[in-house]
Amino acid sequence: MNFIEARKLVHEYIRRDEEGNVESILTALNEVDLDVKQGEFVAVLGHNGSGKSTLAKHLNVLLTASGGTLWVDGKDTKDADNLWAIRQNAGMVFQNPDNQIIASVVEEDVAFGPENIGVPTSEIWKRVERSLKSVGMIKYREHSPNKLSGGQKQRVAIAGVMAMEPKCIVLDEPTAMLDPNGRREVLEAVEQLNKEKGITVILITHYMEEVVHADRVYVMDHGNVVMQGSPRTIFSQVDTLKSYRLDVPQITLLAYELKKAGLDIPDGILTRQELVEALCRLY
Amino acid sequence: MLRDITIGQYYPADSVIHRLDPRTKLMAAMLYILSLFIFRGWAGFAAVTLALVLVIALSKVPFAYMVRGLKPIAVILVITILFNLFLTPGVPLVEFWKLSISWQGLKNAGFMTVRLIYLILGSSVLTLTTTPNQLTDGMEQSLKPLNRLHIPVHEISMMMSIALRFIPILIEETDKIMKAQLARGADFESGNLIKKAKSMVPLLVPLFISAFRRANDLAMAMEARCYHGGEGRTKMKPLRYKKADGAAYLLSAAYLAGVIALRIIL
Repeated sequence: MNFIEARKLVHEYIRRDEEGNVESILTALNEVDLDVKQGEFVAVLGHNGSGKSTLAKHLNVLLTASGGTLWVDGKDTKDADNLWAIRQNAGMVFQNPDNQIIASVVEEDVAFGPENIGVPTSEIWKRVERSLKSVGMIKYREHSPNKLSGGQKQRVAIAGVMAMEPKCIVLDEPTAMLDPNGRREVLEAVEQLNKEKGITVILITHYMEEVVHADRVYVMDHGNVVMQGSPRTIFSQVDTLKSYRLDVPQITLLAYELKKAGLDIPDGILTRQELVEALCRLY
Repeated sequence: MLRDITIGQYYPADSVIHRLDPRTKLMAAMLYILSLFIFRGWAGFAAVTLALVLVIALSKVPFAYMVRGLKPIAVILVITILFNLFLTPGVPLVEFWKLSISWQGLKNAGFMTVRLIYLILGSSVLTLTTTPNQLTDGMEQSLKPLNRLHIPVHEISMMMSIALRFIPILIEETDKIMKAQLARGADFESGNLIKKAKSMVPLLVPLFISAFRRANDLAMAMEARCYHGGEGRTKMKPLRYKKADGAAYLLSAAYLAGVIALRIIL
C-alpha cells in the first residue's frame, strides 16, 4: 500500500443559515485520487480556491472527508483512534510563519511537538538538537523567534515538525509570505530532508519554480485533480496550464515561445542549463 | 511609540537570584510583600530595607534600571502621599490656609510611600531575574493543587505563555495598522478624551479581526502538532529544585518570622 492513498475523496463546505438549513454547498474536493509512495517528493499545484489547502488539511486530519476514503500510513483517517498516530506521522507546516510558532524561544518551540506526544526529557533534548541541525538553525536555538527572518522562522517550523520524527511532511504554501531568499532557504531545507532522510514531502504551492525538483506533480482546479505526472510532462503543456490560471517557470516559457517561433527545441525544458544546451545544439 | 512597552522585562545576568527556581522566587516575593504589610516602626523598616538591598545586590541588576520601573506608579505615589499627609487627624504640626499636617500624617505618608516603592521594587526583582517562560512554568507548577478544584491550571499557563509570545507581534501589527490609517488621514492625536477614544475604533477593529485570525491559525498549528491539553505531556525543561532553593526558602521564612517578631516585641 502507498504511504498516502486517497480514493474518491470529497470535501464539502456546507454553509447553514440560523435555523440550520443548508444555504449553499461548496465542493472543495471532488472525488480526488492521490497516491504518494514513501520517500517521494510530490508537489500539488493550483490556483487560489482550487482545493489544494483543503487537501493538505485532510492529510493531517485537521479536516475529515465528507465522502470517499483517505489512508495515511495504512490508517483510515475516518477512524478517530488513528488521529494522533496520523498527526505524528504526517507533520504539517503552514503558510504564516508567525502563526505557527508557539514558544518564545526557538528550541522550546521545536520541543513543543515531542512534549505533546510524551517523549521523555532527555530524548527531547536529543531530538531538538538533531532537527535544528537538519534545517541549519542550531545556531539560533536560544534566540527569540520574533527576531528571525521569515525563512528562518519557517525552517524552525519545519524543525518543530521533524522533532516529532514523522515519515512525511505536508507543507501548505510554506513560501507564500517569504522573500526570494527565504523561499530558497526553505526549499533547500525541504529538499535536503527528502534526499538525505527519506522523508516523504508533499509540497503545496502556486509557485511553479518550486516544483521543478519534485518527483511528481498534481495540478488541481476547482476541487479536481486535472493533471498529474512528472514536472517535465506537466510543463510541456503550457497552454493547458494557462487555462488553469497557472504560469510555467520563466525558462520553460521562454523555451516554449522560442519553439513557437520556429526553433527546434524539445518540450518541457525546466532549467536554464537545459535551455542553454538545447540552444547550443541548434548551431 | 508602542515599542517602548516592555512586559516581563527580563534582565539577563548570571547571579544567584537568576539561577533560583521560579517557584522559589514566586514564594519569596509573596512572603516579602506580606512582610511589607506586617512591619511597623523603625526596626521593622530597617529589616525590610536591609532585605531588599541585599537581594538587589545579589541579583546584579543595576539599581538605576530597577528604579525605572517606578515611573508608571509616580502618580499613584503622589496621590497617596498627599492624602496621607493632609487627611490624617492629629495634632497639627504646620498649618496654612485650610490644610494642616500632623506628625502622624507625616509618618503615615512616609511609611506608605516606602511600602509602595518596596512593593514595586520587590516584585520587579522577580520579573527582572526570571524569564517570562520560567515565570509561567513556575506558576503552573505552584498552582497545580488547584487542578483538584477543576481549575485548568495548565491551560491558563499555556494561554499566558502564548500571550507573551504574541505581545510583540500584536504591537508591531498595531503600529502597522496605525500607519496605514494615518496615511489615509486618520487623526489619533488631537481632540479631547472622548474624541481620542473614538478615533481608536478604526484601529481596534482590524486589530481584533487579525488577532482572531491568528488565534485560529495557531490553534490549527497546535493541533497539527498533537497538542491535546496537559495530559500525558512531558517537558523539555522540567523545574527541579536545587540546594540553593532550599536555602532561599529557609532564609525567606526566617526573614518573615523576624519581621513578625519585631512587630510583636516592639
